[in-house]
Amino acid sequence: MAKVLLEMNSITKTFPGVKALDNVNLQVEEGEIHALVGENGAGKSTLMNVLSGIYPHGSYEGDIVYDGEVCAFHNIKDSEKKGIVIIHQELALIPYMTIGENMFLGNEQGKKWCIDWNKTYAEADKYLEMVGLTDSSKTLIKDIGTGKQQLVEIAKALAKNARLLILDEPTSSLNETDSRALLDLMKKLQKEQGMTMIIISHKLNEVSYVADKITVIRDGSTIETIDARGQEISESRIIKGMVGREITDRFPKRHDVPIGDVMMEVLNWTVYHPEFAERKVVDDVSLTVRAGEVVGIYGLMGAGRTELAMSIFGRSYGIGISGSLVLKGQPVHLTSPKQAIAAGLAYVTEDRKGNGLVLSNSIKINTTLANLKAISKATFIDKDKEYMVADEYREKLRTKTPSVEQLVGNLSGGNQQKVLLAKWMFADPDVLILDEPTRGIDVGAKYEIYCIINDLAKAGKSVIMISSELPEVIGMSDRIYIMNQAKIVGEMKASEATQENIMACIVKSGSEA
Amino acid sequence: MSGANVKNFLRKYMMLIVTVGVVILFYVITGGQSLLPQNINNLISQNAYVFVLGTGMLLCILTGGNIDLSVGSVVCLAGGVGAIIMDANLPWPLAVIAMLVMGLLVGAWHGFWIAYVKVPPFIATLVGMLAFRGLANLIMKGFAYQVTDKTFLNIFGGGDTCYIPDFMAGIGPSMGLNKTCLYVGILIAIAYTVYTFINRVNLVKKGYKVDSLLTVIIKTVLIDVVVVWIAYKLAQYKGIPTVLIWIALVLGVFAYITSKTTLGRNLYAVGGNEKATRLSGINTKMVMFSAYTLMGLLAGFAGVLNIARLMGSQPTYGLGYEMDAIAACFIGGASAYGGTGSVGGVIIGAALCGIINQGMILAHTPPNYQTVVKGLVLLVAVLFDVIMQMRRKGSKKTKKTETTEKGGANA
Repeated sequence: MAKVLLEMNSITKTFPGVKALDNVNLQVEEGEIHALVGENGAGKSTLMNVLSGIYPHGSYEGDIVYDGEVCAFHNIKDSEKKGIVIIHQELALIPYMTIGENMFLGNEQGKKWCIDWNKTYAEADKYLEMVGLTDSSKTLIKDIGTGKQQLVEIAKALAKNARLLILDEPTSSLNETDSRALLDLMKKLQKEQGMTMIIISHKLNEVSYVADKITVIRDGSTIETIDARGQEISESRIIKGMVGREITDRFPKRHDVPIGDVMMEVLNWTVYHPEFAERKVVDDVSLTVRAGEVVGIYGLMGAGRTELAMSIFGRSYGIGISGSLVLKGQPVHLTSPKQAIAAGLAYVTEDRKGNGLVLSNSIKINTTLANLKAISKATFIDKDKEYMVADEYREKLRTKTPSVEQLVGNLSGGNQQKVLLAKWMFADPDVLILDEPTRGIDVGAKYEIYCIINDLAKAGKSVIMISSELPEVIGMSDRIYIMNQAKIVGEMKASEATQENIMACIVKSGSEA
Repeated sequence: MSGANVKNFLRKYMMLIVTVGVVILFYVITGGQSLLPQNINNLISQNAYVFVLGTGMLLCILTGGNIDLSVGSVVCLAGGVGAIIMDANLPWPLAVIAMLVMGLLVGAWHGFWIAYVKVPPFIATLVGMLAFRGLANLIMKGFAYQVTDKTFLNIFGGGDTCYIPDFMAGIGPSMGLNKTCLYVGILIAIAYTVYTFINRVNLVKKGYKVDSLLTVIIKTVLIDVVVVWIAYKLAQYKGIPTVLIWIALVLGVFAYITSKTTLGRNLYAVGGNEKATRLSGINTKMVMFSAYTLMGLLAGFAGVLNIARLMGSQPTYGLGYEMDAIAACFIGGASAYGGTGSVGGVIIGAALCGIINQGMILAHTPPNYQTVVKGLVLLVAVLFDVIMQMRRKGSKKTKKTETTEKGGANA
């Protein structure tokens, strides 16, 4: 058995209200490629942030033993000094600097007061060759594609004398060819330099291609570590570990209401990425939703769910949108959120702090923001009415707050989510698109949100619930669409859906691509 | 009051307390000179433009810390237009309308570039600052114009008779002061008191949360005392300067707009979270456009007050006014990140600036030191905001991490 390079023992990390990591153990041997897999929110990135010192020593419990000694990293610099380098999912390169400048940013070559540019570019070229990139190190980052940028990130890590390389979703923004090239590079580095690597990925085919060992994390705990050397690990074997929990009565009973007519129909909907105009983020999607129906859209991160929802909601995302939208039998053409709201749509964002709420304003003001017309006469706001509306929704949704004058920024995640829901319920839409309505909130609040969703369906609204939590999708929906790589790859009744056959749907489409 | 309450109180009324402290400080330094009736009168008329421009600037700052650098030049341009019209012996109302329209057009010009073409506000208004100053010079051909229309000067606060006449001079015993002014002050105080309490009773009836009775009484008494005291001081001089009416009108209208209309609500929302506001179906471009257009209108109005007070127009008028307006907003607690601030804050900010200015002049501080002090006051005031932000972010940091795992990748 090879030498153990890294050992993380009983790591526990809590955030207010959430236990993100619960007694996690991870053991990585020198020279292996170790994959970390798990659903969104399972705690993979948190674990890596603990390891790299982004969450400093003392903010978590447990030990990190690296190269035989117990480490206490206080920031990224500490861990990098030891040769632990993390490459984040979102690339951290500066577009208007050259490759060389980026690679040695914060690690400039030469004397303290005089950067030696010759040395910088010579060194940079050396590492670029190592990762198989033929571009000059004097090329600007903005002039090379994402695939090459990812390689630059790796070269940058190598230039820091990395011994342990952590790659967080390295292929999430790459196409098939670039992804394969990257994985092969990983294998090459392992073979030629004995580099130890940890890869976090949602793409299970890649994991089984590249990894020597696979650790499965679920709900903040390590479930198992599978040794993949000398045996083929099937994807369904990994999935079993990832989702293997039972669905109990975590979901309230649906009201027994008949499902009505088709409320909204989306046909051949295609959307392109606003920055990389050749990339399709939604590809020929068609779906329908009926009155009183809860339709789930399941997909992993980056599958195009949010992009689909936002582009439907008054084209608030994407370019080159084509396809047709039919509301209550009438074809409509919505070009702004304002029109979408007027047409009876509501989009409850997954990013409640970024796209949903004005944190510096009160609950009252947030609740009425999407429907100010209802509480004002000729632009003059009726403050009494506003207060009553906000208070009514506070009661209805059981938002825990001393008063509706409270600033939204001071509320917990679950309560913020309720304010966001209140805002859109007050806008009185026919179709509500809920994007990850229970992200980052605790179990109790989740149950309450589920109840609200059921009530909405009972009131004859159409609800589209986007989620990357399988049990939630299965437990809450009438019908489920499965989305993967910008396409709808399956549709099934919730009664027929199981975690295994949904995942199988995704795996199948992934291997076809 | 508990510790937290004291802290809260301090945070809310910090600048007010500082202002009172500064008033007392200068009273001592200048041996009582700073509170002479004439000086109080001057304080108001000299700083009228700061109140007006500060109010407009607040609208821009609310939308996300955006500022308008052009206002000084616009004041000059609008003033020039007005002075030329009056110089041609055209009626003064025409001149006033022309000045306001000028301001409005300039504001709309900025608003168009900023809101619809997405030119950064700093640059768009820097362009305005240069271009409109030049335009002002062009139309005035580098000359100074006199404004002599007595009615215009009286109405907009220029010359030595621009005061509300004392209607009650002949009634009752002579007290050696402007009785109208004093009575108006007392009336305002009474009206304010009555309004406050009726409002409070109504709120309680409807079941709202209200401040404790003691706080309300203290606050009301303090405001009443200040109002009556100022009225008394002004009465000892020449009475109510007409410009005070205009200041009160502008502040009142915009206090109302910012707190009670959808436009005001939208300004705060855009500054607090532009994306969320857009996704709530609000036309954020229109909001930005409105902010700069109203700023222009107010700059035009400041131009009116300016040529009245200075009884003429010159190509150099209005230099540096934008900085006074910006300083007043930030000292008054507007956030440099947008989304917070109030007209009340602008009043305090503008008053504090004016008091420090005047106090230093009366105390014979060399002019160069005066500028240094003004700069430092602004730094201290903004530091206050920045530290508050940092604390809030500090407490958020731990929360933010829970979303890191899934954060952003879908966007």
